[in-house]
Order: sequence, then structure tokens, then C-alpha cells
Amino acid sequence: MSDFLRNSIRFCLFILVQVYVLNKIPHLHRFITPYIYYLFILWLPFTVSRQWLLVIGFITGLTLDYFTMTPGLHAAACTLIAYVRPFIIGVLTPKDNTEFNYREPSARAMQWTPYAVYVLVLTILHHGYLVFLEWLDVGSFLGFLVKLLATTGISLLLVFTVELLFSRKMKFRTNTA
Amino acid sequence: MRNVFLFISRYRTFISFLVLQVLSLWFLFSYNRFHRARFLGVANEVTGRINTQYNKVEDFFALKAENQRLHRFNDSLLGLLPRNFSVHDTSMRQLQDSVPYDTAGHYRRYSYYPATVVYNTVNAQKNYLQINRGSAQGIRDNMAVMGSDGSAVGVVVNVSANFSQVMSLLHVQSSVSASLKRSGDFGTAEWDGKDPRYLLLKRIPKSVEVKKGDSVLTSPVSFSFPPGCLLGTIEAVTLDNTTGMYLLKVKTAANFLNLQQVHVVGNLDFEEQTRLNQETKKIIEEPKKTPR
Repeated sequence: MSDFLRNSIRFCLFILVQVYVLNKIPHLHRFITPYIYYLFILWLPFTVSRQWLLVIGFITGLTLDYFTMTPGLHAAACTLIAYVRPFIIGVLTPKDNTEFNYREPSARAMQWTPYAVYVLVLTILHHGYLVFLEWLDVGSFLGFLVKLLATTGISLLLVFTVELLFSRKMKFRTNTA
Repeated sequence: MRNVFLFISRYRTFISFLVLQVLSLWFLFSYNRFHRARFLGVANEVTGRINTQYNKVEDFFALKAENQRLHRFNDSLLGLLPRNFSVHDTSMRQLQDSVPYDTAGHYRRYSYYPATVVYNTVNAQKNYLQINRGSAQGIRDNMAVMGSDGSAVGVVVNVSANFSQVMSLLHVQSSVSASLKRSGDFGTAEWDGKDPRYLLLKRIPKSVEVKKGDSVLTSPVSFSFPPGCLLGTIEAVTLDNTTGMYLLKVKTAANFLNLQQVHVVGNLDFEEQTRLNQETKKIIEEPKKTPR
């Protein structure tokens, strides 16, 4: 399956799950909104150029926004993590490219600890920016912090559950292919 | 000028990041202020379509609750039908009874209770339904049971605290007073125990004009059923030469195969009517012991 097709399917699945499962389940608490869709951006292949990452991030966020009727909110957060993603990957992955030939970020490609850091940083950035923007609109600072922590916690739980449930088949990029 | 282009090409990722950020924030704040989202018209079409599809699935799961709600509502509306009320002959009347009256002086004859069928058979000779309402909810013996579309289903024969047993029309001992909608002639609807889709309507004399497709209703002389409940439509007309009566095959209006929600109808005059009936019989059958 080509990368494009793979990621298109993944895009649809993540948006649908986010819109029709996570946004529909009865709220655990007003501070907790589980998010999973941004994992799509985290899972994009390494080969995607930074320009395209930004565009894809923007479109992903905007698509969700039009379902949740908050145009721009998730788009802004997604653009941010799409922008920061290459820097984090650059810091966390080995510089030696002969060893490193996986297609997309995963626990197996990056080792568990760097991958966990990668997910954690981008999750906090995404949620932080999201909650910050909401806070500008309505809310208090303490609520902002609590919501950030709670939402980050529940999202991380979700991300790692997904990671363990769907172990992606990691194909090597080889010279022959 | 060249430097400007160099600058742009050098920082083009950062610049596009900024552009997209500003774009999304502009979307966000203009929406928050005016609630007019950019491209919302187009986006609404798309999300609306997807939401509709999802809603079909979601509605499917809520169907039962919705059905019950609708059924309860129908039940309250059935209670308002004019056929539930009768007019008292006020010039002859001496005592007021406690039955509630409507504003025009009609008194209530039938009251309705919603119920759900919890058990139902159609393939036995003696078919019973079980419904989830019993004496604690006001169900009594001999109350009539109607389907959610108002078609006749059966008669309550036994009640426990929270459940009732209903003798279905598809019971070989079931016998319901019926009348033809067109001519108003009375007959009796029974079941021969063969096909759960058809009842038999007996005791319609051959002088009456009967056509295939005529509606058969519960008769006004039935003690249990309110008048005018649809029993079914005539499917086949045969003449029984030995009795001179028709033997009419009636297609049941209620679909007994998938009964879910039913209405239980209580005739508030039932006790009085049956008592009178029995006393009359006693007088007629023992005329010599009771001087008239």
C-alpha cells in the first residue's frame, strides 16, 4: 500500500473516531476532552517535507474544526505541532542514517523512550496551545492548567493504548524498493 | 530585492507556518466574534452529509427508546378520542358517578395503558402474549389489547403484579365480537389455529353484501374492545351452505409476528355490564324461582 493511500485511510479513521467516538462519549469531566486525531500528524512518514507537513497539519485541524464548529482552533494547534515535529525528530533520532531506515515514527523505529518523549512533547504542545486559545475566549488560568494536565493525561493514555493495540507493520525503506 | 527573496526562500517553512497560524487564528477569532466561519457553507454540506450517515446508525440504537416514547404519546392521545366517551341520558339520570367527565358532559368509558410485549408466540394453537404491565399498573382481567397502530390484538386473561397474560386473537378459544365496517353487521371473529395471518369471521348472514377487502372492526357491543378497532380486512369470501352464513377469511390488521408496543384498553363499565348480563341470564334461566 502506498504511503499516500495508507495515510488517507488513516486520516479518515482518525477524524471519524475523534468526531464520532471521542467527542460523543459522555464527558468524564468538564476539564477532560480526550484527543487522538493528532496522532495522525505524529505518524506521518519521515519523508514528508516540512512545507507539506504544515499544509497537512492545517487541513487535518480544519477538518476536525468544521465538525466541531470551532473553525481555526484545532487547525492552529495542528499547524504548531506539524511545524515543531521535524525539530523534535531531529533531536531524538540517531544522526547515523545508515542505521535509521524506518518509514514513519514509531516506538520500534525510535526506541521507546525517545518515542515517548516525542509523543509527550507534541501532545503537551498541541493541548497547551488548544487550551490556551480556549482560555483566551473563556475561562480562568487555574482551569487552563487543570484542563491541560487532565487532557494531556487522558490523551497520552489513548495514544499509548492505540500504539499497543495497533502495532503498525514497519517496513524498511530499502535501496531496492 | 534579491535579499528579500533569499530571506523568503531561506525561512519559507517558518513563514508558511506563520501564515497558516495567522489564517487559523483569523478563522477562530472572526468566528468567535461573529459566528460566521470561513467556508462554513461548503464545509457544512460535507459534514452534514457525514453526520446524516452517522445519525442513521446512532438513531438505530435509540430506536427502542424513541419507539417507547412515541408509544406513550400515542397512548395519551388514544385516551382523548371521542369514542372513549359516551353521553349520559341526563333526563333519566339520578345519581352522579365518580367517572371523570369531559367538558361536554361525556363520561369516560375507556382508559388506555401503554405496555411492551415481553413474550409472544404465533405458532401454537393457543397463543398468548405476555406484557410488562400488571395489576400494580392498573391492568385487570378482560381488558382489550391493541397494537401500536390501533389494531386489535387480544384480551387480558390473567394478571400478576407486574405482568399480564394476554390471549391473542390467534387462540383457538378466542372469540371477539366484530362488525363489518360497510354494513355494520355483527359477527364473531375466531381463529381456526391454522395460519397466523388469517382469522375467521363467522355468523354474518348471507343476506349481507360482502366484498373482498372490506374492513372488519371490533363491534360496539363488545365488552372489552372499544368500538371501531381494526381487526382486519376480508381476504376470501366463502358461503357455508349448511348454516346460510358466510365464512369469511380475514387478514389480521395487527402483525402478530413482530408485536412490540401495545396499548391495553380498559372498559370502565365492564363490571357493570357483565354483572347485568349475568343477572339477566340468571333471571331468564331460572324464571320459576324468581317471580317477575
